[in-house]
Amino acid sequence: MYRYDEFDHAFVNERVAEFRDQVARRLTGELSEEEFRPLRLRNGLYLQLHAYMLRIAIPYGQLSPRQLRQLGMIGRKWDRGYGHFTTRQNLQFNWIKLVDVPDVLAALADVEMHCIQTSGNCVRNVTSDPYAAAANDELEDPRVWCEILRQWSTLHPEFNWLPRKFKIAVSGAAEDRAATAFHDIGLRIVRGPDGENGFRVLVGGGMGRTPYVGQVIREFLPKEHLLSYVDSILRVYNLLGRRDNLYKARIKILVNALGIDKFREAVETDWEATNKDAVDLPEDEIRRIASYFAPPDLPERAPRDEALAARRESDSGFAIWYRNNVLAHRVPGYASVVISLKEPGRTPGDASSDTMDLVADLAERFGHNEIRTNYTQNLVLPHVALADIPALYDVLAEAGLAVGNNEMLGDMICCPGLDYCNLANARSIPIAKEIAKRFEDPERQAEIGKLRVNMSGCINACGHHHSGNIGILGVDKRGTELYQITLGGSPKDDAAVGTIIGPGFRAEKVPEVIDTIVDTYVENRQEGESFLETWRRVGAAPFKEALYGAR
Amino acid sequence: MPSVVTANRLNDGIVVYLAPDGTWTEDIVAAARAESEDEVKALEATAAEAVRERLVISVYPMPIEVKEDGAVDPISVRERIRASHRTTLTKDWYDVPL
Repeated sequence: MYRYDEFDHAFVNERVAEFRDQVARRLTGELSEEEFRPLRLRNGLYLQLHAYMLRIAIPYGQLSPRQLRQLGMIGRKWDRGYGHFTTRQNLQFNWIKLVDVPDVLAALADVEMHCIQTSGNCVRNVTSDPYAAAANDELEDPRVWCEILRQWSTLHPEFNWLPRKFKIAVSGAAEDRAATAFHDIGLRIVRGPDGENGFRVLVGGGMGRTPYVGQVIREFLPKEHLLSYVDSILRVYNLLGRRDNLYKARIKILVNALGIDKFREAVETDWEATNKDAVDLPEDEIRRIASYFAPPDLPERAPRDEALAARRESDSGFAIWYRNNVLAHRVPGYASVVISLKEPGRTPGDASSDTMDLVADLAERFGHNEIRTNYTQNLVLPHVALADIPALYDVLAEAGLAVGNNEMLGDMICCPGLDYCNLANARSIPIAKEIAKRFEDPERQAEIGKLRVNMSGCINACGHHHSGNIGILGVDKRGTELYQITLGGSPKDDAAVGTIIGPGFRAEKVPEVIDTIVDTYVENRQEGESFLETWRRVGAAPFKEALYGAR
Repeated sequence: MPSVVTANRLNDGIVVYLAPDGTWTEDIVAAARAESEDEVKALEATAAEAVRERLVISVYPMPIEVKEDGAVDPISVRERIRASHRTTLTKDWYDVPL
């Protein structure tokens, strides 16, 4: 993985010292809250419902054991012993004291981490495929380009005060596992006309109150021009994007107001006028950064492990976990393992400091020192030998972490909602817990099959409800929490925004409502059909009938 | 309907309420209750001074209901969650009492 050089270390340490000074000046009154607020936000520090929240950047979701252990230490020493993994592959601590933040930032800098640009109207953490360099459908490692974008966008003088925040995702695989179509810019590595790799560039996707699926602005961009092209997109947005209305300030609004053709024309004109050599990275520099992402040296292993096969036969709990949480690896004899943070009864995406320590240990023991966070709020060990999987499972099971529900109904994405968040209108965590309880039986989940249920506690859609096969949106209706259901969303290659199915439901009804929707799907599906396929074939009518027919 | 004034403490962000003696308490039951608009204004003036003194930030008044047994109900779900100083209002593996 990428390692800080002297410049990176000096830069991050300077920022820590700068913020230490700013906090001190706030506490002595030299800075008012109005003056301090934008400064703390630029360092990822929000004031939430109960306390300050610190959002820590995990660039493209990659962590070393040392980093994860340090996050565990921070949780234990300065928070309440747990943190929350987010849909931007980041980590949030919910109970950080302002007076402790400089020390927390210093502890992060010790392990080459920071909170810079995790808030504010700038380019945020670039997200990616959690199975990068492991998946067998990968064309090229996206992390190299994520790191290039990270370095380019960090304190970029032209793009540090955009009309609104800006989110980029990069995927290098055949299957989109980074929800690229729901980003301000989505980058897909694709094979070009002459057999070389480049980017299909999407622009103007997003969730929030006005959800859009991103549109293709360029079918093929030669890789070496990534920075100059992204530069031109951001320049056009920076100049033409609205600054008069917070709700219309994202690039998706501009792209859809102009139309993709006019927007493309503006970008291409700017790009033509750009001195590309001044912006694009020289080949040597791309190679230098790529060298940090050399895949681990995986010793040769037998493609089939007999003990593992026997365990799958004899232990049904293991077999279910294996089926859902162990994914094919491009190297025979290896797999990627998902450590689900969705045990029924727990807050989706939360991990205790003890869990962080344990996963760090497991990554060292079995995982070639790599950990990834997934935007679906789980952890991933991307490189595990098949022969080690039973032993890994036993440790996870002992710790209550062998939860075999990856990509199943129980694997809900869930924002912190009104239990933590200042913007939320309704709670999401207790609803997720109740749904998880109702569908706790793994056999039932297996019968249902893969199903993405996403929930947000407000229209800002941090819980990606728009892209859920089943989406749940909490709203406040005259002081009562009410939950709107959307159906048919997808974050994948067939990206779609879900359709509101009808009037909302009270909190206590939601688990039953999900049950009714699931039953309707199971009754209507044809052999092998996914939820989306059934939904697209039969339409809303049977679901409406089942939910509202008796009214 | 009586009101109390709430805020977050500057140095640690914790939810607090203005008490009758001008200090800030984490316990909503111990908060000063304003029964009229004038009394709300008086509490807000005291709170504004506390903002200047850098004790608290994000100050606002909010209505409450006092139950027969003396319990204070902050009425809105949001304020109930804030007053509880805990999340999810359900029994949870990580709930840490203050």
